[in-house]
Amino acid sequence: MPDTFPDFTPVNLLTGFLGSGKTTLLHRLLQDPALSDTAVLINEFGEVGLDHHLLERIDDTMLLLQSGCICCTIRGELAQAMRDLQSKRERGIVPPFRRLIMESTGLADPFPVLSTLKSDPVLRHHFKAANVITTLDAVNGLAQLETHGESVRQAAIADAIVLTKTDLTDEPAVARLMQRVRRINPDAPFVDAHGDHFDIDRLLSGASGSGEGAPARSGFYCEEPVSVIGEAGSAHQKPVHSFVMTIDARIDWTAFGLWLTMLLNRHGDKVLRVKGILNIEGEDNPVAIHGVQHLVHPPVHMTGWPSDDRRSRIVFIVDGLDADLIRRSFSAFNRLGLPQPAADITETA
Amino acid sequence: MCSLCGILGSNEHWTDAVARPGVFTRNTERVDRRRERAKRVRIASRILTEFGLTLSDWQGSSFLLSTRTGKTEMVEDLGHLWPLAEKISGRVCDPLSHALIERLEGGGDA
Repeated sequence: MPDTFPDFTPVNLLTGFLGSGKTTLLHRLLQDPALSDTAVLINEFGEVGLDHHLLERIDDTMLLLQSGCICCTIRGELAQAMRDLQSKRERGIVPPFRRLIMESTGLADPFPVLSTLKSDPVLRHHFKAANVITTLDAVNGLAQLETHGESVRQAAIADAIVLTKTDLTDEPAVARLMQRVRRINPDAPFVDAHGDHFDIDRLLSGASGSGEGAPARSGFYCEEPVSVIGEAGSAHQKPVHSFVMTIDARIDWTAFGLWLTMLLNRHGDKVLRVKGILNIEGEDNPVAIHGVQHLVHPPVHMTGWPSDDRRSRIVFIVDGLDADLIRRSFSAFNRLGLPQPAADITETA
Repeated sequence: MCSLCGILGSNEHWTDAVARPGVFTRNTERVDRRRERAKRVRIASRILTEFGLTLSDWQGSSFLLSTRTGKTEMVEDLGHLWPLAEKISGRVCDPLSHALIERLEGGGDA
């Protein structure tokens, strides 16, 4: 799939709950030669322990590491830290870098960071959101998902989930955690931080908001959620849950735009993710859309269908919204745009 | 910024993405853009009628959102449409409202 922002520096957002192994992963990233052309924005130098890897101290907030990686701390506003980094790159004070990894705090909702990238008048001309990587502790992750809303949102918004501390627990426990995550995030790939095939470069260049390098052969990945057996109540009653709308009728692009913007205006904070492959009326090839809360990335015009199935499929990860109502609402709006009655949405909860 | 009217440009909205490789947009040829804008006005006005509002095109670059009493505001894109519609109508524009869905499902024009 083509890069929609070829001249922009991709930004990977690394998030994860307190104690989920984010810092350990960062420490590992900073030493990896694969990240020699990467800048990393972290919260505190002290947390990561860089003394043994320091090559040069550029200033109070920036270090050049032996691996070639530029490491910066965020003091104050995130946007200011990024502007400072961009300014130093343009003036040649720091080596050119082709990727930026940004650490978010353990209790932070990742959305404001993505929003900053999109809305800041300077940053939006230089950086683009790539993927959101969430660390999840295999030992305590399940309990955190049950008790901390921040943990649920971080897992829901993830494009990739790095399972940490899998060496400290057994396989059934990891399987239970993965099954729990699948209820709130149906398609983010799991990566075992302790696995033999852990590939940092691949992780960072994985499925992204702007549509590059998604893992499926089509360049788009939209798997149905795993059904959960033995759960009391319907998906509609759960606070955060996911569902897929499978739409037989073609989609009217104009009506879709009006519907989704209206939905996100009123319920954007509850639509944690929306991701879909659309069969648009009048178009031969599908269109991929990807949104995180109020932020929707530019739609990607794909070069072909991933299979013979030409139905549109939209994955929603929502916080407390009624899946049936979303389906009905979409259908009613879509009919306004199509010349004849559109129909038949099937739903997988 | 438009040199004639002084309107400031703003963030690109996903429904009006600038045409470039890989991005799907109807913001391409002049005729396609005009056709899309006309259709947007038609469908949006059908929805907005339920809130006592109408939308019209303004010089092919913005939209005018009006109440039945004539109060009018300029809207640049769909990102600004719904917050402004709520503001000037004093009503919540919720696409998940049962009443709205039932009205739209009723078919035809309002």
